[in-house]
Amino acid sequence: MIADNPYTLSPAAVNDLRKHQSTALIVGIVGMLAMVVGFFLTEHGQFMRSYLVGFMFWTGTAMGCLALMMIQYMSGGAWGMMIRRSLEAGSRTIPLMMLLVIPILAGVTVLYPWAFPGADHLKAVHDKRLYLNVPFFVARAILFFGVWCLLMFLLNRWSLEQDRTGDINLARKLEKLSGPGIVIYAFTMTFAVTDWVMSLDPTWFSTVYGLLLCVGQCLSALATIVAVLILMADKPPLAGLITKRHLHDLGKLMLALTMLWAYLSFSQLILIWSGNLPEEISYYINRLNGGWEWVGGILLAFHFGFPFLLLLSQALKKNPKTLRIIACYIIVIRIVDVFWLVEPNFNKAHFQLHWLDLAAPIGIGGLWFSYFFYQLRQRPILPVNAPDLEKALNHGRHH
Amino acid sequence: MSHSETIETTPIYGIMAEFTNPYDLVTAAEKAKAAGYYRMDAYSPYPIEDLEEPLDLHDNRISLFVLLAGICGATFGFGFLSWVNTVSYPLNIAGRPLISAPMFIPITFECTILAAGLTSAIGMLLLNGLPMPYHPVFNVPRFARASQDGFFLCIESVDPKFDRRETALFLESLGAEEVSEVAN
Repeated sequence: MIADNPYTLSPAAVNDLRKHQSTALIVGIVGMLAMVVGFFLTEHGQFMRSYLVGFMFWTGTAMGCLALMMIQYMSGGAWGMMIRRSLEAGSRTIPLMMLLVIPILAGVTVLYPWAFPGADHLKAVHDKRLYLNVPFFVARAILFFGVWCLLMFLLNRWSLEQDRTGDINLARKLEKLSGPGIVIYAFTMTFAVTDWVMSLDPTWFSTVYGLLLCVGQCLSALATIVAVLILMADKPPLAGLITKRHLHDLGKLMLALTMLWAYLSFSQLILIWSGNLPEEISYYINRLNGGWEWVGGILLAFHFGFPFLLLLSQALKKNPKTLRIIACYIIVIRIVDVFWLVEPNFNKAHFQLHWLDLAAPIGIGGLWFSYFFYQLRQRPILPVNAPDLEKALNHGRHH
Repeated sequence: MSHSETIETTPIYGIMAEFTNPYDLVTAAEKAKAAGYYRMDAYSPYPIEDLEEPLDLHDNRISLFVLLAGICGATFGFGFLSWVNTVSYPLNIAGRPLISAPMFIPITFECTILAAGLTSAIGMLLLNGLPMPYHPVFNVPRFARASQDGFFLCIESVDPKFDRRETALFLESLGAEEVSEVAN
């Protein structure tokens, strides 16, 4: 840490983060204990599914941070300069998620129908065996995390080096990696969610699925980061630096991602609905019957309609208090979306909410936040030598 | 500036100051507001958000009109398709319900955008009083640059604080490139 950097977190801010870190850790440990109890009390399939909901959501949040960071290196923009260090801290939680993928890899044969004993009699599974088999599945997961960790490592390292040396070439390097990095993210994540979520129904497929989940991840990440940014905004060094215009921009970006999520979700629905083919429509038959249609309705109304209307308002976006409430709300509704992706594949007859479906996202979330807050206080909160920092700080001040 | 007595007595529209950049214009507008002027307007080649505050541009009626038009468009689109598919010409398409909601969404969306878009364009023109064949500000020859690279602030003579000499001096003190009277 550099002592004379004006954006080094003040002791008060560090103290705050430490407090949040321990609170989150307690939540995480309690949640994990609950999950251990759940592991022995419930059927293992249910345990794995709930775990997958939690794992997918928080991996998505970590990866969304990485993606937003690379997008911002490419696009520039004051909004991203203010949250870059938070995004970096978020991306540095990827190794934690890499650790947490182990239960999924260990439980493949309990979680994924294509790995169930005797699944081979399904023609779809039989034909996909070359790709959908346990060793290759595990190898792919390791490969994905390897690639993501590499991207995360380089971007974080160069950014810190920029703080120290102010070398102008580093900004070029960061941009040069981010361009291909976004493409790599989109490809690897498409394959990863195909493995981890879409293959829960090995007979079903959708080509928009990868992008849909990527957009969801970016939205989760943005909401999380905005909530945390506003949490830190009243203590030095951030106090007074974040203008209404920054918040306005972040709110607009949340609105855009909310709309993009709705657009892609709807694209998938309308294509499958108009095709009405047996191998595709099963996805919506599972999800629009037996009480699951209410979850779908809730997502339509409260993942799209409600936040869309709230985020239309300029006043709500510019007010830190209301923007933080909206951000927290989006985090919650994002978890419902992941739940909707995973669970209806199994509880086909009727809607069912197991208590582990709540315990897993909360437990893993506690650990994630704890590690995130730990990472967040390791570095100055703004990249002091980034070329556009001055401009970004003056965003919304015209003199 | 020197004025002959005859010109001094003819009523004018206002006094206009030209600035070379948007920052000076915003600063000038803010200072004019602080000095108590409120009947004024600014002219620039492109919209400047920061002028909203000093010029008290808080007329948001257009948002409401667009919202209402959007709701009407959506209702019309969905309603029309429902009527066509259930009353006017019901067709069984592969066993789907007659009101096949997902298929109605694109047209509902288009109708929403059409109504809202037209309303925002036409509403903007009407609320601005456009088309307007004559406006005094064009009497200032240099005003043509307002659509190129000039930034203008015009304090109108209807302002209670307006004084032909004082206001001109005030605008000059704000660092204006040129201050000119605007004939009515």
